[in-house]
Amino acid sequence: MSFLQIDHVTKYFPNPSGEGQVCIFRDATIKIDKGEFVTCIGHSGCGKSTLLNIIAGLETPTEGGIILNGREASGPGLDRMVVFQNFALMPWMTVFENIAVAVRSAYPDWGRDQVIAHVNKYIALVGLRGAEDKRPVALSGGMKQRVGLARAFSIEPKVLLLDEPFAQIDALTRGVIQEELIQMWNTSRNTVFMVTHDVDEAILLSDRILLMTNGPEARIAEMVHVSVPRPRSRETIIEHPHYYKIRNHIIHFLVRHAKHGNSDGTIPGQGVNGDTPVVVNFEDNSLVTH
Amino acid sequence: MESTNRTMVSEAAPQRAETSVMLPIQRLLWQLKSITNGLWPRGRGKDSVSQVQRTPAQSQGNPWFIAGFVLVLFLLIWHVSTLRPTFDSRGLNEDQLQMMEFNGDIVRLPDGSYAWNPEKEKVKGIPGPLAVVEKAREELAEAFVKKGTNDHGIAYLVLYTVSRFAGGFLAASVIAIMLGVILGLNKVLFRAANPFIQIMKPISPLAWMPLLLYTVKDPKWTAMLVVFMAAIWPTLATTAFGVSSLKKEYLHVAAILQLSWFKRLFKVILPGAAPTIVNGLRISFGSALVAVVPAEMLLGELGVGYLSWIEWNNLDIAGVIFAILVVGVVGVILDSGFNKLAGLVTYQE
Repeated sequence: MSFLQIDHVTKYFPNPSGEGQVCIFRDATIKIDKGEFVTCIGHSGCGKSTLLNIIAGLETPTEGGIILNGREASGPGLDRMVVFQNFALMPWMTVFENIAVAVRSAYPDWGRDQVIAHVNKYIALVGLRGAEDKRPVALSGGMKQRVGLARAFSIEPKVLLLDEPFAQIDALTRGVIQEELIQMWNTSRNTVFMVTHDVDEAILLSDRILLMTNGPEARIAEMVHVSVPRPRSRETIIEHPHYYKIRNHIIHFLVRHAKHGNSDGTIPGQGVNGDTPVVVNFEDNSLVTH
Repeated sequence: MESTNRTMVSEAAPQRAETSVMLPIQRLLWQLKSITNGLWPRGRGKDSVSQVQRTPAQSQGNPWFIAGFVLVLFLLIWHVSTLRPTFDSRGLNEDQLQMMEFNGDIVRLPDGSYAWNPEKEKVKGIPGPLAVVEKAREELAEAFVKKGTNDHGIAYLVLYTVSRFAGGFLAASVIAIMLGVILGLNKVLFRAANPFIQIMKPISPLAWMPLLLYTVKDPKWTAMLVVFMAAIWPTLATTAFGVSSLKKEYLHVAAILQLSWFKRLFKVILPGAAPTIVNGLRISFGSALVAVVPAEMLLGELGVGYLSWIEWNNLDIAGVIFAILVVGVVGVILDSGFNKLAGLVTYQE
């Protein structure tokens, strides 16, 4: 049994025009192994952030459920920490306090010194030493998200949920933080579920990439294995023969769905009408690419 | 227009040194000109820009200097307009003078001459600034003296008013914030309670007074309750609004971190809504300060509001003016204290 299982999750939202309900996505089933990094890509409105919030327990699924380590996970908890797109740092707390409040609640038995040492360790890890007593307003977007990452990693969650974590950071800083994230993840090896729009980011970070069709009634149509060995870096990854194959495949998928996103997500010639997503693996030579 | 003005000013800044060696009278004239310029309607086109360039002192005026100038001018006008001629006994015979002295219009001085009776002068027209200063000196000299049950020194009166105000305001704030948090976290409750808040908010707190007096039967508590009624609604409404419009992410983080309700309240909800809550408190503070003075007047409770009314009953107009000034000073001190506290809990996003 896999470590984190998203089991036939369906989500309905009340129709904004009043009558009835709209199906955001149907029957999402994902199995993620321990220590795996899985990313979900799709157009805006396909419900990928909703899916992430359901895993986090911040929203309830209409049908289905989340199974973590053999147990149903309902409601938010310290075992599934989110890194938010808009950072969600408390502006009235300093950098140190923002992380300390998380550490204290994750390790209630720890003494004062232990908490301070732990927080400082993670502040150093994201390179924010010297900014401990600054408030978020005094930080750049990149620094804010470093605090967000430090806060998330510091409580050592079983599952790390990244909700478009670098979307609000400028492109140059984004690359730097992505590599910092790889470094941190290399030592912690949390199970990660990420949601993003950025194809390059997804390939750089993930083991598997899930492609979602457009909403409403979005589905997970494909599952792309990132067949580029780790360790990866932004510099070397583009030289791998599979990099552009994967990238083009994903972009083709996204463009196709932007143009004629059928509500049921069927694409001629792909036969994705079933429940299970099509597995795309460029290491398999049997697979015909387009 | 606005921005061009600003750049002109910054370019002209080095000239400040020259203006400081100007004669005081010249400076006064510049300041006067800047005052009148400020009163002038905007938008005189290029003309006014070039003027700014020529006369840097105009926009570099020291606000304290202007304020002081206005104050002195005001006191001067006040003094001159309230001056009364000294008593002139020429043209009056001895009988007439005796009659006037008998009526109490004039008094006989030790040197045999006559002067207007100072007691009667007090109620003829508005007293001048010197009379008010004299009255203030008298009152402040016995600030800590209790002459009788209803004649306490000004320090006591201020103390009574401030403690009455503080009691009502603090009680109202605590209750309003607690209720506001509950309403802010529960949309259904908020919408259910909102019509009541909206009806209660505009009611003058003094309108409650007869009912409160009838109910609690004690003017001391009634005065405090009037302050309470004045202070509760704005804070309640804004707290509920502030908590309900708190960013969802903060609550999400609190939920993920499994913070206890106590920590959730004091580490996330209250600090997060603090800027909005402080705005509500500021409105409450103002209306409570406005309510406390008439409440004291109407209820006859010792305090600075009472002082103003009792001086009126004594026909001591200088005393009334002094009481008004004391109310103003107490208000300013309380307000600056409030602002200091408010600065501690607000944050920048």
